Amino acid sequence: MKKIVAIIKPFKLEEVKEALVKVGIGGMTVSEVRGFGEQRGQLEVYRGQEVKVDFIPKLKIEVVVRDDQVEQVVEAILQSAYTGKIGDGKIFISPVEEVIRIRTKERGNKAI
Amino acid sequence: MKRGVLLSLFWVLCFAALGLAAEGAPTAKLEGGDTAWVLISSALVALMTVPGLALFYGGLTKQKATLNTMFMSFLAFAVVSILWNLYGYTLAFKGDWKGLVGTFELIFAYPSLEALNNTIPEILFSFFQLTFGAITVALISGALIERMNFTGWLLFSVLWFSLVYVPVAHWVWGGGFLGKWGALDFAGGTVVHINAGIAALLGALFLKPRKEPILKPHNLTLVALGTGLLWFGWFGFNGGSALSANALAAVALLNTNTATATAALSWMFVEWIWTKRPTLLGFCSGAVAGLVAITPAAGFVSPISSILIGFVAGIVPYFAVAKIKPALGYDDALDVFGIHGVAGILGALLTGVFADPAINSAGKGLIAGNAYQVWVQFLSIIVVILYNLVITSLIFLVLKVLGILKVSEEVEVSGLDLALHGEKPYEID
Repeated sequence: MKKIVAIIKPFKLEEVKEALVKVGIGGMTVSEVRGFGEQRGQLEVYRGQEVKVDFIPKLKIEVVVRDDQVEQVVEAILQSAYTGKIGDGKIFISPVEEVIRIRTKERGNKAI
Repeated sequence: MKRGVLLSLFWVLCFAALGLAAEGAPTAKLEGGDTAWVLISSALVALMTVPGLALFYGGLTKQKATLNTMFMSFLAFAVVSILWNLYGYTLAFKGDWKGLVGTFELIFAYPSLEALNNTIPEILFSFFQLTFGAITVALISGALIERMNFTGWLLFSVLWFSLVYVPVAHWVWGGGFLGKWGALDFAGGTVVHINAGIAALLGALFLKPRKEPILKPHNLTLVALGTGLLWFGWFGFNGGSALSANALAAVALLNTNTATATAALSWMFVEWIWTKRPTLLGFCSGAVAGLVAITPAAGFVSPISSILIGFVAGIVPYFAVAKIKPALGYDDALDVFGIHGVAGILGALLTGVFADPAINSAGKGLIAGNAYQVWVQFLSIIVVILYNLVITSLIFLVLKVLGILKVSEEVEVSGLDLALHGEKPYEID
């Protein structure tokens, strides 16, 4: 089982969600985060004074999938979150030790 | 319409007869129209502080100090609401001692309900003036946001209102020396805006800059809302200062709107040219600058002059705020001096230029051949600046000595709302 974390541009959420549902994920978690990578901050101007905002709002999407789903899910995110401009985000994949469904106590792939 | 006119004529004659019989001279009588208008205007001006200014300032503040900023306006209004009735009115407007201050005639007392100030009840005049004193104090808070000690603000409100606002109001409006010199201030350019602007600048200097001395408005929609309420309320501020429901009030209203709209646009255009983008904040800031600048002039100048006044008021304060303040390095956080002080000074001087006896026989400016008026205006500005330099500095010094001037660096950085009030403006996850 793997956890796939994707940092994406907020306005891409609907597209990414649709793509993920299409490839058959069991669920996902979304959180609002701020960060920067190559996209270094944005400039806001108030009363003639420039205010540099280093951290840019992004969304973090987390899905836990079966090993055999990983490639499809990654491909789905790559397609749907892409704009071609700096700041599209990144995907991180890490192993998951255990998954348990609280309601039924199921474990492993059955709980995903 | 005709019956109304005849009826009014009848009553006028009755009262005139009564007056003549009683004192051998015509006396002022209560006019329902004037009274109704000033009643409404009082409420409008109160709205300017609660919640107009509170929202305008609150939206401009960093989120972590929003409530504290708004609180300062609300608190100032409440404090002045009490003190005005205890001693503010009498010391500002009743009688005159050496041209410097009023008398104790109505100390801890209110005007009798029969007493008149021209055609409105005196107690109404007093209340109307109360709202002016309140907003003047509240205005100052804009320079002090995100780092002022709350107890310090409370004491400051009491001291500054008592020792600065009341005397200055007396000097210009209450029969004091500035009025005797012929200074023209229709609704408070000097008494309110220059007064508050200078005090704010001094406060910013005493408080020293914030750890993050940047303007980071956390909610510009509140700023826009506040601007709207200020614009609306200012119709009472300037229109009500005519103290009558007549063409003069109408001219004041028209001038107010004209100057404000012009200033909003001119600030917007200057900013557009200078930074490539027009901003809503710029528009709102220009609007406020226009409102301030037209305040001393509203009932003295022609609507054409108000366009010129507004035009200048959108430009000079922009540079004061965007170029001069950063160059000089003082942290007048919300530009109280930059907008209220500078636009107030502009307005006071331009009143001296554009005062037109065709609009108001009480005001003759440069365009009517009275260049001296500009000099008088200039003098009144200098007087207010100097007085604040001494007394307001003293007040801030007292707060500093008492240890209630500024919050600790830790509190400032973590945010005043939670640290001082245990409250958060938003519970949004």
